[in-house]
This record gives sequence, structure tokens and C-alpha cells, in this order.
Amino acid sequence: MTSWRTKLLPPLLAIVFAVLLSAIALIISGADPLEAYGTMIGQMFKGSTAVDTANLATVYYLSGLAVAIGFQMNLFNIGVEGQYRFAAVVAAIAGGALQLPPVIHTLVILIVAVVAGAAYAAIPAILKVTRGVSEVIATIMLNSIVGGIIAFLINADQFGVQRGNNIGTREIASSGRIPGIPLGSGTLFGFVVIAALVGGAYWFMLNRTRFGFELKASGESTTAAAAGGVSAKKMTLIAMLLSGGVAGLVAMPELLGRDYTYGITSTQMYGFTGIAVALLGRNHPGGIALGALLWAFLDTSAVSLEQINVSKEIATIMQGIIVLSVVVAYEVVRRADLAAEQRRVGRALSGKSASVAGGGAV
Amino acid sequence: MAVTDFSRPDAGSPGAMPVHRKRSKIPGWLRGVIWAVIAIAVVSTASYSTGVSALTSSNTASTALRLALPILLCALGGLWAERAGVVNIGLEGMMILGTWGAAWGSYYGGAWVGLVAALVFGALGGLLHAVATVTFNVNHIVSGVAINLLGLGVTKYLANLIFEPLSGNPRQSPVVPKFDTYSASGLSDWLGDLEKEQRVGISDVAGILRGLVTEVAPLTMIAIILVPVSFWVLWRTRFGLRLRSCGENPVAAESLGVNVYRHKYIAMLISGALAGMGGASLVLLRGGADYLENQTNGRGYIGLAAMIFGNWRPGGLLGGAALFGYADGLQLAGGGEAVLALLYGAVILLAVIVVVQLFRKQWIAAGLGVVGAGVLYLIYWSNDTLPSDLIPYTAHFVTLIVLAVASQRLRPPKADGQPYRRGED
Repeated sequence: MTSWRTKLLPPLLAIVFAVLLSAIALIISGADPLEAYGTMIGQMFKGSTAVDTANLATVYYLSGLAVAIGFQMNLFNIGVEGQYRFAAVVAAIAGGALQLPPVIHTLVILIVAVVAGAAYAAIPAILKVTRGVSEVIATIMLNSIVGGIIAFLINADQFGVQRGNNIGTREIASSGRIPGIPLGSGTLFGFVVIAALVGGAYWFMLNRTRFGFELKASGESTTAAAAGGVSAKKMTLIAMLLSGGVAGLVAMPELLGRDYTYGITSTQMYGFTGIAVALLGRNHPGGIALGALLWAFLDTSAVSLEQINVSKEIATIMQGIIVLSVVVAYEVVRRADLAAEQRRVGRALSGKSASVAGGGAV
Repeated sequence: MAVTDFSRPDAGSPGAMPVHRKRSKIPGWLRGVIWAVIAIAVVSTASYSTGVSALTSSNTASTALRLALPILLCALGGLWAERAGVVNIGLEGMMILGTWGAAWGSYYGGAWVGLVAALVFGALGGLLHAVATVTFNVNHIVSGVAINLLGLGVTKYLANLIFEPLSGNPRQSPVVPKFDTYSASGLSDWLGDLEKEQRVGISDVAGILRGLVTEVAPLTMIAIILVPVSFWVLWRTRFGLRLRSCGENPVAAESLGVNVYRHKYIAMLISGALAGMGGASLVLLRGGADYLENQTNGRGYIGLAAMIFGNWRPGGLLGGAALFGYADGLQLAGGGEAVLALLYGAVILLAVIVVVQLFRKQWIAAGLGVVGAGVLYLIYWSNDTLPSDLIPYTAHFVTLIVLAVASQRLRPPKADGQPYRRGED
């Protein structure tokens, strides 16, 4: 079995399929697909688009990692969306209120963010472990509720500061910020380094530690893991908290590298993007990075479509098609490999047993 | 086939486990009536002792009915899908498709055409989910999330393309025709007089009933009739038994000659159409908006929660939808003061539960109930109103709390969400 084929072919197939299908949508709506795609790619080399893409990809990467940790334990943490927004507003409030020396200030903000993200993830985790509430439903409810919590916290009566028409948290002093790296006409987030470190830690944890092994084992089969002395409940709890902790970092690149304040208008939906990115990257830290870059590219370059009178929502449609077709493609390739394997076994054995091996159960 | 032996489960307890034998003597409909009476008693007591009449006003009841509809229809959609063994978290996306279809059809052909368009658009979403999960064995939740993404993207794109030239706003459709409404006029007036008299108990019941019989649209009636229809089809027909057997044990069903793929496909088409109808109920009812971006606001998920709360049963999910619709309608019609009064009602309900648990000698449950009631009463006692930023999320809070309290004795279909391929065990 060629492993590169099972790993690389499905995402490529999915992207090609998505490009073709969106081309049909473009033709139906009366636009020239080639021109549209050309504009999107051309946009990459204009102004600071490339750096913007890398910055956005950093955010998506962290979000994808957070989701992937849950996936390893067979947990579906849709709640990354709520967790990162909760963590962002809490960290922004704490960062704005504190006066500390440079590096320590940043570290404190990051720790607050991680703890807040984990705390918000603890609610569905505890409900699941003690009450058997589906984490999917619980996290979805918490995702909605976080909007109310943010509105409540950054109200002028609580911690908010009015700036023009916008209301947000108090600005974080320069001692808490993370300096960027000037690159061309833009500035790359300094947080890129931290995101890469988190990715490395994720890989190390999964592949080189006992905990990572136990996590993957109980994700594969809770009963088998329980036989090996691993408590599924404990693993669920830890995986959810870790996932929430990483989710807490998602908003930090923008908060500490560009905005310095968190408000009503701060961008949402990074958590849902993380799900797509994690699926695309098959939970592998390298794959997630590629997925994040692709997603960020689609988002940043879609804006250029407005110049040629094409609705930029075509990028959203492409993203939806990619998610769905990538999982279908993995399944198709897996089945093809399985069938090839069975044929090989069948050829190696005598003709009689081959028919059983080739056809599976009758 | 020995169908008839299995086609009559006890209406009260689906599992028919020996432990529940004693309890299942109460028929399902009677249990529903008992719960309704308890709920109205609690709410009217709370309304009387807090002096907040919004808790039982006809305005709250009719708003609640309008807001419960999308949740009810999504819950029914979830029921059909999950009884056939497909977890349908894509209800939200199918509902969004339904809202667009309803606005588009209604603009060009009137409300009934809008309803049909919504059904078709929702069913298309269901078909996509079926192709992914049944044919390609994609993880059901992954596929559902993708459909939610896709539903949002496609409707935004279509709204841009078709509604923007008409309304000048890509996020909104032009004003569309809505369903006419009908009232049981004599009954409605009589109940209105009773409500105005402000008599304890009677006026509360009258207010709630009046809200339910005044200005009701055909879509509302159809939706409510669909609950017993779904029960009848799923539990009283041969087709329904086969469909449910696909959700319980597809391999066994296959061995008895049931075409599992076909039943799952049919179930998903119906499920998607119901979710699309839920979208239509947001657009085509008076008092609701026309097509608006993000107008579903997570209702598909709340519908799924209502179905889980209802233990994958039509009667139960009706109760769940009523609960969430009421919480939503109350905050819209009565604001923070009314929600606070609802807390008082929750305290009363908890007190009743504590007494029952003490009677059953469930000491721990009773103790937790006392603590919960104490905390709630403290919140009620120490606040005049709740933070206005959090009020719109009342239904979400209620969902979480209800699931946390109630989800222990639930029994989902056995093969729900499991991959199945013909010929593989």
C-alpha cells in the first residue's frame, strides 16, 4: 500500500472537485471561472495579501489544533468557537487592567487566555462525564451564549470603554504586546513562532509521550483502552480541557499583535474554520498548517472577486464543498486501497479462497 | 414477516424494559396531559405570586407558539433521521436553505408555493447528507457541519444573486406574502374576557389557550398535526417499523429483507424537508421577518436538543419544543422581569420534584434539588431584573440546564450514527 497516495491524493482530489463545481456555479451565474480564479491568484502578489494570508493562517492553525486534540479522543469540540471568544474577552480585560514588566505581562495574558479557554471547555466536559450530555449540543449552546457574555462584559457598566462608535475592552499597554516581523508591505504576527511551537508540542505529545498514546488509544476504542487501565472519562475530561486551552490562544495573535482590544466587532467564526482545517489536515500538525494556509488564501483573496462583480460568497461555497469532498475522498481512496489489498491477497491464495477474500461477506 | 408482534410498543416507554413495566401503565397521551397541567399550574402560581402577568398572557402564548414552530419542525426532522440511524446535525443548514426557498417561492408564487420551495430546498440538503453518510459512510457529524457551512454559503450566494436586485440588500429579501391567519373567533373573544378578569388560575389558562387559538396560520396547524402523523407512520405502519429497524440494528433489518439504504434515503429526504419547513415557518408567518441572513440563529441545534430532551419520541419532542419556544417567547414578550419570574417558577417546580424524590427515597437527587432551588431563589431574591445582554439567550440556558438535569434515562436508537455498509458487519 502506498501511503503517500492515501495521504495526499484525497485532499488534492477534493480541491480539484471543489474548483470544478464552483466553476459550474460561476458559469451559471454568468461569470468567467478562469477570470475569477486568475483574479484570486493574482491578488496573492498584490500589497500585503501574502502576509495577511500568513497571519490569518496562524489563527486558523491554532483553531485547527484545538479541534484536532478533541478529534484524537473521538470528541467533537464544536465549542472552540465559544472557548476562544470567551478566552479572548477575559484575557483582553485582564491584559488591559494589569501593569507589568514587558515579557511577564505577555505571559500572564497568555496564561489567562489558556485558563479561560479551558474553563469554558470544562462546562461541556463535566456535563458529558457526569451527566452524559452530548458535547455537541452543549458546546453549540455555549457558543451562542458567549455572545451574550461578551456583550455583558464589555458593556460600559462593566469593563468596556467607548471609542467612537465601537465599544471594547481597555487597550493593552505596549508591555503586553507581541512585536511583529516587518515583511514587505505588511507585518507578520510575532505569534507565528508561538503557533509553530504549539504545533510541535502537539506532535510531540501525541507521538512521543505515554499520555498521547493513551489519548489515541481511548479515541480508537474506549473499551480496549479501559482494559489497558485507561479511564475514558478521565481522558475525555483532559482532552476537552487541553482542546479548550489551545482554543484560548486562537484570538491572541490578533489581540496582542494588531488590535490590543477586544470588542463586539472582533471577528468571529474562527472556531468553525478550525473544524474544517483539522479535517483537511487529518489531525496532523503539518497537514493542519497546509489546510490553514489554503483556507486563509481563499478568505483573503475572495475579496478581490468584488472587482470583477463576482459575489465573494463563492469562496464560502468552495470551502463547504472542500470539507465534504475531502472526507468523501478519504473514504473512496480507503475503499480502493482495501479492494486492491483484497485482490492482492486473493491472487496470492488459491482461486477458491480468493472469491471469499475478494468479495468479503456474501 | 412477523411485523405485527413488534409494531405495538407501549406508548409510554419505548425500551419496554422490564424495570419500567410498572410505570408504563400510564398511557403516553395521559402523561403528556399530566405534564401540561403541572406546567400550567407552576407557571400560573409563579405569575400569581410574582405579579408578572406576562408569564401567562395570550401575547406570550402566541409568540411562544410562533417561536416553537421552527424548533418543533427541526426536532421532527431530527426524529426521522435519527430513527433511521443518521445523526443529523445539518438541520441548521437545511433550515437556512428552507428560509431562502420560502422567501423565493413566496415572492414569485405566494405563501403556498413558498412552502413547497422550502420543502424542496430542505430535502435537497437532506439528500446531500444521505449521499455523504449513507453511500460514502462519512462521519455523520462531519457531514452535518459541512452542510451547515454549505447551506450558509449557498443561501448567501443566491441571496446576493437574486434578492439584491429586488431589495437592494444582499442580506435580506424583499417583503414576501405571508400565510393568512384564522381565529376561532367566538372562543377567542370569550377567552379574552376571561383573561381580562384576572382571576387566579382561570385567567392564566384562558390567556394561554387564547394565544393558541387566535390568528393561527395553516402552516402552524400542519406542523402540529405532523406530530401525531409522525408517530402513526413511525410506530403504527410496516414502513415505520422497517425504518426504525434501520436505526436500531441495520444488519438484522437487512437479513430480514429490508432495503436499509432506501429507507435511510427516504428518512433523510423527509428529515430535510421538515427542516426546510422549519425555515419556512420563520419566513412565512405573520410577525416573523422576511428572509434575513442568520435569522435561524442556531434554532436547528435547539431543535436537535428538543428531540434529545424528548427521548427520540414525538410526544416528548413536542414538550421540548414547547419548553424552548416558551422560554424564547417569554423573553421576547416580557423581557428580563418575566425571565426572572420564570426562575421563580423553576424554584416551585424544583420543590415539587424534591418532594417526589423524597417520597421515592432518592436522597441525593432530593439534596441536589434543594441546593439548586436555593441558588435560583437567591438569584430571584437579590435581583430586580437580569442583565439585558443575556436575556436573548434564555432558550439556550434553558436547553443546557434541562439537558443537564434530564438526560439520564434517555435511550437513543441503538445504531444511531453508526456507519453501515451492505454486506459488512
